[in-house]
Amino acid sequence: MEYYILFLPLLASVISGFFGKTIGDKLSQIITSLFVSISAILSFFVLFKVISHDYSNNLVVATWINSGTLNVNWSIKIDALSSVMLVVVTLVSSLVHIYSIGYMSHDPHKPRFMAYLSLFTFAMLTLVTSDNFIQLFFGWEGVGLCSYFLIGFWYKKESANAAAIKAFVVNRVGDFGFALGIFLIFYIFGTVNYDEVFTQIPSILDKKLFFLGFNVNTVDLICLLLFVGAMGKSAQFLLHTWLPDAMEGPTPVSALIHAATMVTAGVFLVVRCSPIYEYSELALSIITIVGMITALFAASVAIVQTDIKKIIAYSTCSQLGYMFFAAGVGAYNVAMFHLFTHAFFKALLFLGSGSVIHSFKDEQDINLMGGVWKKLPYTYALMIIGTLALTGFPFLSGFYSKDAIIEFAYLKGNTVGIYAATIGIFTALLTSIYSWRLIFKTFHGSYNNPNQKIETMHESPMVMIIPLVILSIGAIFAGVLFKDLFFGHQSSYDFWGSSIKFLNPLSTDHPPLWFLLLTPTLVIISIPISYYLFVKNTKIVDEIVRINKPLYLFLKNKWYFDELYDVLFVIPSKNIGRFLWKKIDGSIIDRFGPDGISNLIKLFSLKAVKFQSGYIYHYAFVMLIGFSIILTFIIIK
Amino acid sequence: MFSVGLGHYLTLAAIIFTIGVVGIFLNRKNIIVILMSIELILLAVNINLVSFSVFINDMSGQIFTLFILTVAAAEAAIGLAIIVVYYRNSGTIRVEEIEKLKG
Repeated sequence: MEYYILFLPLLASVISGFFGKTIGDKLSQIITSLFVSISAILSFFVLFKVISHDYSNNLVVATWINSGTLNVNWSIKIDALSSVMLVVVTLVSSLVHIYSIGYMSHDPHKPRFMAYLSLFTFAMLTLVTSDNFIQLFFGWEGVGLCSYFLIGFWYKKESANAAAIKAFVVNRVGDFGFALGIFLIFYIFGTVNYDEVFTQIPSILDKKLFFLGFNVNTVDLICLLLFVGAMGKSAQFLLHTWLPDAMEGPTPVSALIHAATMVTAGVFLVVRCSPIYEYSELALSIITIVGMITALFAASVAIVQTDIKKIIAYSTCSQLGYMFFAAGVGAYNVAMFHLFTHAFFKALLFLGSGSVIHSFKDEQDINLMGGVWKKLPYTYALMIIGTLALTGFPFLSGFYSKDAIIEFAYLKGNTVGIYAATIGIFTALLTSIYSWRLIFKTFHGSYNNPNQKIETMHESPMVMIIPLVILSIGAIFAGVLFKDLFFGHQSSYDFWGSSIKFLNPLSTDHPPLWFLLLTPTLVIISIPISYYLFVKNTKIVDEIVRINKPLYLFLKNKWYFDELYDVLFVIPSKNIGRFLWKKIDGSIIDRFGPDGISNLIKLFSLKAVKFQSGYIYHYAFVMLIGFSIILTFIIIK
Repeated sequence: MFSVGLGHYLTLAAIIFTIGVVGIFLNRKNIIVILMSIELILLAVNINLVSFSVFINDMSGQIFTLFILTVAAAEAAIGLAIIVVYYRNSGTIRVEEIEKLKG
């Protein structure tokens, strides 16, 4: 069964990618969607088996590397953690496949698109089912590659190409750290298999290592290097710049890769390596701090953006920050829970915004929308559900996961935990404001689009609405149904088993009642406030913007990160590149190397050409003279 | 009585050969003249062969001469044919104007 889960998407990708022209658009869409859906259904079976029978397995598909002590297998490791990821990945992926049939109906390259989506699904599945760091890295790079393909899918758009390259390059920074981490693990333990590494961790706790001139603790260093990789993939603060730009890709891609699955790979990595992280207080603190900075930063930027997809992208970034600080305070299961619920409501929001964009004929600016909620009733209702779930409205999925994160941060008790909880609450408020701003600006108020008459607006086709409905069911019920499973206080049943390690059992206390009520209250009262600010009386917002112009510009320009990186990295490396190209390569190597030799040959051949007069009697004369000389030479000898 | 010896034949052949060679590369006008000059060179060789054959009393020299005559005839025919085709294509057979090989 596990083989089918993993290889059906690959098979679908091969069929659609190599034979898409032969079998036609329709068939390749059906094949890819069908295969991935089968894979999704099987994943559910696996999850149920894990829940009910405590099933775990490690299927070795093939031996990959066998050199000295380095033994790496292609494997399918099924345990609680990977079964949850399997469900998230395949479910969202299959819905996105189906949705894409409608969304990409006007695109001429449908088989290629479907092939990339399926290939991505395969890569993501190899990532989550790996039993060693090398296969993890394979999947890690595989999803990065597919992300590159799909961001640059509309390759005729220059901005899409630039965004694709940016995503790839920024990820290289993270992957460099990740690769160093894997090297270090192999150097220390002589193996890259999870189980073997994890069992050896307690024996090296006091080991020091000389790194970059610092004498550091080995475990800390491994954790931090792995975390650098996770930061790159999960768009954490400092390495987040690629995620908003990645919105150049088609919207289903944003929903699948840049919201629900790939960007959560970093969180998955930290949770998977919990047996290592548990021993590094320093790394956990840094994860918490980076997570909360990201959460706050992204939420603050999202408030002033005007591109509907960028708002949701920053929202994703912010929610990933939540997941990281959950992991940082040691609540790995809660991080996974938020990952799980987030996949539903964020994919729902993205696909919903895709539906809006589709209806507005590729318009993404929320200032050019508004007043269409009657025209797009299903999309409107589904987006509302997604927003409620995201903001943590009571009893929807986000409520359980996000509040749990804040509670566990609070219960952690130390300074970092309290800060994290405070920032978590503040960010929850910001989240609520920017989410409702998006809804109100998009669906309410007056209709502001000059390019299209409101009468021509129409709802998206059913093939796009049905996946949204399924996701919205997940967004509503995933929290209440799965919360006991993921971090049940009462049940003695341990779902996670050995896949997550807790050095100290999580606190089972309850925070004070006022604390529990604080976040939901803030979230609920922010709805009428947002409605008033963004629909009823927009003058107030304009006034606030006018007074705080510098702050507004600071947020609008994303804290000037792109500009800063331009000055710090892009322009210097461009200059170095230009210097090497023009001076070193052009003026020295080429001038004296290939170009020099070819010039020399040209010069000589120009001289030699002079001999060729073209007159027969010249040739005859030369022949005669030559013949005479040879003859004379032979005779004299 | 003045007797004609081998030396006279060889001298005649040498003179004809020289005329032929000089004719090839002093000629500036007509490509047919070059063809004729080649013919002259071949004849000079033939005279050499025949005269040696008679004086050494070996028939193979005269047999070779017959071969050479045959080849010369074929060569003249082909050469003339080439010249005719060339004239048709480029409208001239003046030696100064044939310089397509110029680099």
